[in-house]
Amino acid sequence: MKIDSIKNGIVIDHIEAGLGMQLYKLLGLDDLDCSVAIIKNASSRKLGKKDIIKIDSDIPVSFDVIGFIDPGATVNIIKDGRLAEKLSIPMPERLINVVKCKNPRCITSTEQDIDHIFKLASQSQKLYRCIYCDAKL
Amino acid sequence: MRNLINIMDLSAEEIDELIKLANDIIKSPDRYNEACRHKILATLFFEPSTRTRLSFESAMLSLGGSVLGFSEANSSSAAKGESVADTIEVVSGYADIIAMRHPKEGAPIVASSHTSVPIINAGDGGHFHPTQTLTDLMTIYHEKGGFENLTIGLCGDLKFGRTVHSLIGAMSRYKGVKFVLISPEELKLPSFVKQEYIKDKGIEYSQCTSLEDVIGDLDILYMTRVQRERFFNEEDYLRLKDSYILTADKLKSAGESLSILHPLPRVNEISTEIDNDPRACYFRQAHFGRYIRMALIMKLLEVSA
Repeated sequence: MKIDSIKNGIVIDHIEAGLGMQLYKLLGLDDLDCSVAIIKNASSRKLGKKDIIKIDSDIPVSFDVIGFIDPGATVNIIKDGRLAEKLSIPMPERLINVVKCKNPRCITSTEQDIDHIFKLASQSQKLYRCIYCDAKL
Repeated sequence: MRNLINIMDLSAEEIDELIKLANDIIKSPDRYNEACRHKILATLFFEPSTRTRLSFESAMLSLGGSVLGFSEANSSSAAKGESVADTIEVVSGYADIIAMRHPKEGAPIVASSHTSVPIINAGDGGHFHPTQTLTDLMTIYHEKGGFENLTIGLCGDLKFGRTVHSLIGAMSRYKGVKFVLISPEELKLPSFVKQEYIKDKGIEYSQCTSLEDVIGDLDILYMTRVQRERFFNEEDYLRLKDSYILTADKLKSAGESLSILHPLPRVNEISTEIDNDPRACYFRQAHFGRYIRMALIMKLLEVSA
């Protein structure tokens, strides 16, 4: 399978196989006009299988979203067809307006114009809790 | 400026200070009857309450202050769809301190980010109820002389019982405490409370469904009501509401030094036949609520006698 290399843009690599689409949706890549490629189940020496997302535009992406969905993913910044920077993304301490609290008893279910905020409760368990009601994500 | 949203906002030392101040208020009430002169407490109760609201109002009036507010959402602009944020912004201009109860969890956190006056969480859904916990702690202190080396049984609705969550958090800071969690399967303690306050701290605990099996091991029995208002499904409420009823017969297996606490109101989970038993502390407990809230209001308003 051949995907054209990009000149200026971002490659999100080493995404755990199966998480690529979720990351695509949460990053809002569906709304972009530029070329975006998702490669699913690519072979990987490190992971066995992995997903990759290539974005053919120098747009800002939310590192918090990437760190939240898969802290093992790497972000490659491509400039003039070359790798300009390679970044590992840690799990963010706080997630702001990335996902919504599902607890129907939470104040976020009724209060207008409120930020939906989750805090990292356990890095080892990849556990986030709503700062308002403490519900698990 | 400080708020009280979660009992864990207060250190163990600060709780000791509040209990000390409350004891002094009981001993010399006249010294404190002008402490909050010209100060106004707003009691914003978006959810009905008798005990908590009246004890806050009694506390502020006993300190020489004034009170205003509403006792249910229908009599406030919340019924017109006003947000918590807007209500608080407005009330902040009318009061020096706000005590609020709201059915939605986390509402006091939203409130505290929209005001410069202290916010006291008087109960947010099934989440936290820190001033009840202060009342519980003051009762335990009076009954047991301290907080260490106690075996505390918590019985009934441990899932939605916000007073239970706050009390476990507060007591988890003292040495030698053990918890016995007694509830039906459907009303077990939420995992976040168990993880954060019991497991992570290496505290000894056990879980069971039978009160009779464990009542003899307890220093404190904290009874709770199965709350109709926390259920989305009436059938579930009806099935679980009579899970635990403490009777004189069940109390025969308990030790003489047991202290029975209940945040009240009770429905039928404690039989009235034991009200005169010296081990029944729940009415004394309710009375302590006024004094510990007086101490809390003074602390948050930074006033002295």
